[in-house]
Amino acid sequence: MRIDCPYCGERGSEEFSYLGDADTLMARPDADRPDAAAAFHAYVYLRDNPAGRHRELWYHGAGCHSWLVVTRDTRTHAITVVISAAAPRAAGGRG
Amino acid sequence: MRYSIFSLIRQAFRGHAGWEPAWRDPAPQSEYDVIIVGGGGHGLATAYYLAKVHGITRVAVVERSWIGSGNAGRNTTIIRSNYGLPGNTAFYEWSMKLWEGLEQDLNYNAMVSQRGVINLYHSDAQRDAYARRGNAMRLHGVDAELLNRAQAREMLPFFDYENARFPIQGGLLQRRGGTARHDAVAWGYARGADRLGVDIIQNCEVTGFLIDSGHVRGIVTTRGVIRAAKVGLAVAGNTSRVAAMVGLDLPMESHVLQAFVSEGIKPLIDTVMTFGAGHFYISQSDKGGLVFGGDLDGYNSYAQRGNLPAVEDVLEAGMAVWPGLGRIRYLRQWGGLMDMSMDGSPIIDRTPVAGLYLDCGWCYGGFKATPASGWCFAHLIARDESHPVAAAYRLDRFATGHLIDEKGQGAQPNLH
Ligand SMILES: Cc1cc2nc3c(=O)[nH]c(=O)nc-3n(C[C@H](O)[C@H](O)[C@H](O)COP(=O)(O)OP(=O)(O)OC[C@H]3O[C@@H](n4cnc5c(N)ncnc54)[C@H](O)[C@@H]3O)c2cc1C
Ligand SMILES: [Zn+2]
Repeated sequence: MRIDCPYCGERGSEEFSYLGDADTLMARPDADRPDAAAAFHAYVYLRDNPAGRHRELWYHGAGCHSWLVVTRDTRTHAITVVISAAAPRAAGGRG
Repeated sequence: MRYSIFSLIRQAFRGHAGWEPAWRDPAPQSEYDVIIVGGGGHGLATAYYLAKVHGITRVAVVERSWIGSGNAGRNTTIIRSNYGLPGNTAFYEWSMKLWEGLEQDLNYNAMVSQRGVINLYHSDAQRDAYARRGNAMRLHGVDAELLNRAQAREMLPFFDYENARFPIQGGLLQRRGGTARHDAVAWGYARGADRLGVDIIQNCEVTGFLIDSGHVRGIVTTRGVIRAAKVGLAVAGNTSRVAAMVGLDLPMESHVLQAFVSEGIKPLIDTVMTFGAGHFYISQSDKGGLVFGGDLDGYNSYAQRGNLPAVEDVLEAGMAVWPGLGRIRYLRQWGGLMDMSMDGSPIIDRTPVAGLYLDCGWCYGGFKATPASGWCFAHLIARDESHPVAAAYRLDRFATGHLIDEKGQGAQPNLH
């Protein structure tokens, strides 16, 4: 599996660390909302875990140290999109 | 047909032409009392104990491929009960007790071999942690022995004891641990269940559920609708996919784990060894191949195959503890889908849908759990209450904070 880092170019996946589902992990709930306990349970523990397209967070630890959002098919491991996590984060995610 | 030395001799004189299939190949009936989805070890064991212990024989096991085609036939066959946390210790020890009587109970040779499992330690701190785990085991009546370096060396003479970075200081030994033949476990339970009247339905994929006012009424399959008031899911790495059919989000990710086998060699290692300074474990099969493995690949996957970085990592760890491995050729490798739960421990519980039960979260340690998982899941389905040794495996423990995290890694499935 090779990941095309927007800063470093295409590198072997062994240079990266995996965190998990980007859409869940980049949408940390607001601790002040009335249903915060349920929302945090879902945020910390529940995952869609789809067979198919998955947007996920990878960290380029042996390269530029950026967090990336990688779109990958979990059935084939084929990667279609790699972007920096900074943009979606700035656009509303709480990281 | 009962298997015995006499049936073997009789068949030998008849050119082995008289053996019957070990289980029938029935078409699905329209209705059962209980349907188990998933014909791996856990599903088959559940059906067997439903019939044998609870007298519920109108049972179908529905498997999308052939039985044992999933993790049941892909694992590295290690059985042990060396768990340290309340909630786990008694469950895995019950499983070990069932393993000890399994072959007589099933009248099937599952090649259960109590050759011992040694976890090596490489530092004072690790020794203390293993001593604590061993003590927890002994308090629960499980056997555990702390070996010093000389004792470990006597059992495993050819390892690299002089390694400057990871010196082997000793090991935690469970003598009753060992291995079993994984396929034979699936086949033995299948034959046992079939003989008690259970229908094993292969090449039948579940694609949906019949639900009526919050209660399960049956399943939709590629071979038609099958009705039942109770349905148990034992689909391991596919649990999230199947649960999504009823709208359940689970505390789980599916990950790929690889296993490796070397060329066949003469007997070399007569126990199971796990390296404590990296993730690597090894034993030798009766065919002579060294069977080994290590870490998950580390990313969500439904591909049933892994990538080369994990291969390199496993082989490096192997070479660190046992440099002689480099002279042996490795023959084949494969991957399986792990149902990695958020705390590394399983779930055997009801679901928000009445009559729908869940058995999952086995991570990469569910082979050893096969007998107890079947026993406890059957208990839950038959009586609608948790079996005492599986009472901690609740689905709501992630909300209530009663996690069972043996490794203390937190909600990061690829690290368990
Ligand atoms: C490489 C590897 C090494 C391992 N090593 C060990 C070890 O040494 N010791 C240990 O204790 N554990 C080990 N494990 C873990 C162990 O194999 C699993 O935890 C255990 O086998 C899971 O339970 P099972 O046997 O019921 O799963 P499976 O055999 O995977 O059964 C699940 C079944 O469900 C079926 N299914 C899925 N979806 C559907 C559907 N929609 N409809 C119908 N059927 C469906 C699948 O086809 C499959 O047959 C290892 C696993 C792997 C992959
Ligand atoms: Zn980079």
